[in-house]
Amino acid sequence: MISPTKIIHLGSIDQVPVGQGRCFIIDGEEIAVFRSRDGHVFAVENRCPHRGGPLAEGVMGDGKVVCPLHGHKFDLATGQGGEKPECVRIFSVIIDNGEIKIDGRDLAKPQPRSMVRS
Amino acid sequence: MDKKKLVVVGNGMAGARVVEEILKRAPGRFDITMFGAEPYGNYNRILLSNVLNQTQEPQEIFLNPLTWYQENNITLHAGIKAFKIDRQRKVVLGGQVPPGILPYANNEEFLNKVEFIEEPYDQVIIATGSRPFVPPMEGFGGEGTFLFRTIDDCHAIAEYAQRCRKAAVIGGGLLGLEAARGLLTHNVEVTVIEAAGQLMNAQLDAEAGQLLRRTMEAMGIRVVTAAKTSKINFQDGRIASLSFADGTLVETDMVVVSAGIRPITEIAQASGIAVGKGIMCDDQMRTSDADIFTLGECTEHRGRLYGLVDPIWEQARVLADVISGANPNALYTGSKTGTKLKVMGVELISIGEKEPSLPSDEVVIYREPNHGIYKKLIIRDEKIHGAILLGDIEGGDILMQMFMRDEKVPAKRSELFFGSVKSAVLVNIADLPDNAQICNCNGVCKKEITDAIVEGECLTVAAVGKKTKAGKGCGSCRGLIAQLIESCVGKVSYDPSEHYYVPGIPLEKSQLVAEIKSRGLKSVSAVFAELAGGREDLDSKVGLASLLKTIWPKEYEDERDARFINDRVHANIQKDGTFSVVPRIYGGVTSPEELMRIAQAAVKYQVKMVKITGGQRIDLLGVKKEDLPAIWKDLGMPSGHAYTKAFRTCKSCVGTDFCRYGVGDSIRMAQEIERRFQGIESPHKMKLATAGCPRNCSEAYVKDIGAVAIEGGKWEIYVGGAAGSSVRKGDLLCTVDTHEEVLKYIGRFMEYYRQHAKYLERTYGFVERVGIDMLKKILIEDSLGICAQLDERIQQAVDAYKDPWKEAEIPAYPHQFEGPRLVEVLNEAENNG
Repeated sequence: MISPTKIIHLGSIDQVPVGQGRCFIIDGEEIAVFRSRDGHVFAVENRCPHRGGPLAEGVMGDGKVVCPLHGHKFDLATGQGGEKPECVRIFSVIIDNGEIKIDGRDLAKPQPRSMVRS
Repeated sequence: MDKKKLVVVGNGMAGARVVEEILKRAPGRFDITMFGAEPYGNYNRILLSNVLNQTQEPQEIFLNPLTWYQENNITLHAGIKAFKIDRQRKVVLGGQVPPGILPYANNEEFLNKVEFIEEPYDQVIIATGSRPFVPPMEGFGGEGTFLFRTIDDCHAIAEYAQRCRKAAVIGGGLLGLEAARGLLTHNVEVTVIEAAGQLMNAQLDAEAGQLLRRTMEAMGIRVVTAAKTSKINFQDGRIASLSFADGTLVETDMVVVSAGIRPITEIAQASGIAVGKGIMCDDQMRTSDADIFTLGECTEHRGRLYGLVDPIWEQARVLADVISGANPNALYTGSKTGTKLKVMGVELISIGEKEPSLPSDEVVIYREPNHGIYKKLIIRDEKIHGAILLGDIEGGDILMQMFMRDEKVPAKRSELFFGSVKSAVLVNIADLPDNAQICNCNGVCKKEITDAIVEGECLTVAAVGKKTKAGKGCGSCRGLIAQLIESCVGKVSYDPSEHYYVPGIPLEKSQLVAEIKSRGLKSVSAVFAELAGGREDLDSKVGLASLLKTIWPKEYEDERDARFINDRVHANIQKDGTFSVVPRIYGGVTSPEELMRIAQAAVKYQVKMVKITGGQRIDLLGVKKEDLPAIWKDLGMPSGHAYTKAFRTCKSCVGTDFCRYGVGDSIRMAQEIERRFQGIESPHKMKLATAGCPRNCSEAYVKDIGAVAIEGGKWEIYVGGAAGSSVRKGDLLCTVDTHEEVLKYIGRFMEYYRQHAKYLERTYGFVERVGIDMLKKILIEDSLGICAQLDERIQQAVDAYKDPWKEAEIPAYPHQFEGPRLVEVLNEAENNG
């Protein structure tokens, strides 16, 4: 659950087309918010750890997203990449009355990122 | 001069074909009447299994619609069977086939109950064809027993299979296996029962038959050979099992008999015309009565019966020459037969004899039993006398040509199987060092792959790709990966998923298309809901979107999330997340006005690079997503589709306007091609070119489709060329006279490729897989009778063209072209409540 202490409002969920992602920039940090066809919402860091591709432009499905540049895949719920040990940061997100809200404290955390970067 | 009365008995492929040939030679010479026992116009029986497995609608396999008969003033007695020719009175007698009687039944009792029709004639052509052979057995004809011969049979089989778990097919020949393939799509367990000791007895020798059997079994079909069915056993009115002559049983819920065919000759017998195995004829297709001719499967010529299309088309040409007077001396001297088939996905070529018969016959055999590959040649007098290629038919087209043309074989027999040794690049993969890069796209070296095989237990090319990404770029190293698996563990495992059209739905393309059509699935999410248990498979979305658009050009429900980003915003994403914009420049010819608009746009939107592309266009690189609609409007040119799996561009050389060598107007041709086919989507991209002469300055020989002008005002059309990760010269599809014909055959090839290629299969792979000879037969000679359908479908796709850059005015969905959104973090979001 998101604690009510630092919630960041991203605005209406309608900004994110169904089945697609959309990038939001918060304090210089790019966050990709995804809205699945079955109503789930995910938020992950937008840049693919492989070569920095914009994940928000990727095709999503079955709780995963594929980077549009080289096809690296990431689980949207856990951040785990298909090419181990790649992973992306994840953020707690909820839809409240049609509004996207993410937990701002997650932004401040140190970046776990991938352990190895090519 | 009075018209001669010509009566054609039989409205099948042979009967209709000979009438077409006659009309070509002597339109208006004859008053033509046709008798057809089936209540339809004529259709392409070869495609029946597609109706059974629902990849084609019945109306798609009709060769001549009923309007064809009207337009050519042909009287068609549909559903009326001719049963006797009264040669004294010169009339053909026919009677209506009542409902419930099979059109090809040998059961004329109904004739006592119906009124006769009489048609007077000057000449008669008998083309009654054949009927299925039902081996003697008890119980056939009861509920749940079927033949596999007509459209009605297909409907009845498909309908009944819904209520069955198990089905038995009696007959292990080509049609039997096709019936089995059709039944598999209806989710029944299929057993094929063959009386001979092996499958496909007519085409294969014992070893190849055994090999095919193993392959069939691996696909889930049960095979019983050397089994004579003696009885169909019923329980409570439904089929329970089959009994064989040796006392054994096989359980089944339904029975389809496809055990060969026998000529239909009763009308000849009833009319006193000579009949042997079939209705006998001379080299002019004339029966023992000089006014009565015969052709097709009912016909015996020089002791032989023919059941294949090519020989029968030859007969039709000769018969038309003779009867129309176009060439009264035309002779048919028999056909050499070779067949190229695909049985349940297994490729097969069978030519001439399957066994040697003289002591001097030389037999050459090559086998790879673990891969289902078997190749055998019988050489007599330094010529090919027979050949079987199973599992791998590479080089088969050349063998077929050598056989048909009676060419001498090379002294080195191995060249017949493997091509000239001189041209082959021999790489022994086991000798490569560990750090040798195998996959040049993803930079995977040999050691990574062998580790995946040995330690990761990846025994298929797909599994290696999943683990290492090797082979997942252009795919040209997949053969090397297979060799590595072989050298490590002995053999590549069979992975049916390699044949799936998309990974998330376990169906091959034809099966998938059939399911989509029969269930009327118009959107990607509908396909997932019905065929993938509701799971939205990530790796299948884009491929399905492409397929659906081809299947339903107009009704497709476009869900934009199933598209790759390029196809969402009609531009090509670059490594920095910006996009490239390539406007269409028809035939590579632009104007000062267009160039000025391009230059102004490049300045206004701070384009990072302006690049002349390989396809004779101009690429504006580094455009932000949110600027796309505006730059398109400023350019005022349509999309060049340089970002999608579709027709891309048609390059040209300067042709006849200025070049002193040009023999054809390659620029105008390229512009016509580009205007017609812009935006046509396909399994992979299609790059085209036209060349004004064979010097090939525009590289048309190595394009997916190339049109090359040659002396005499003609155009050669090449297909399957490549100059990317693979380099291949295209194969000559045909030579035509006019621009209109160039457009026609290009469109026909494109549509066939769209319908039959696997997703992401470029034309060079597709053309090699199908074979140029087969493509010529299908697309030029119309051997399957589908050309009209192809022409119509490509026209529909052309008509459905919309410039996607028009979405600059009205976006397809909200936020389509919006970039990242800046969010202001407000401190009042703090909530201490």
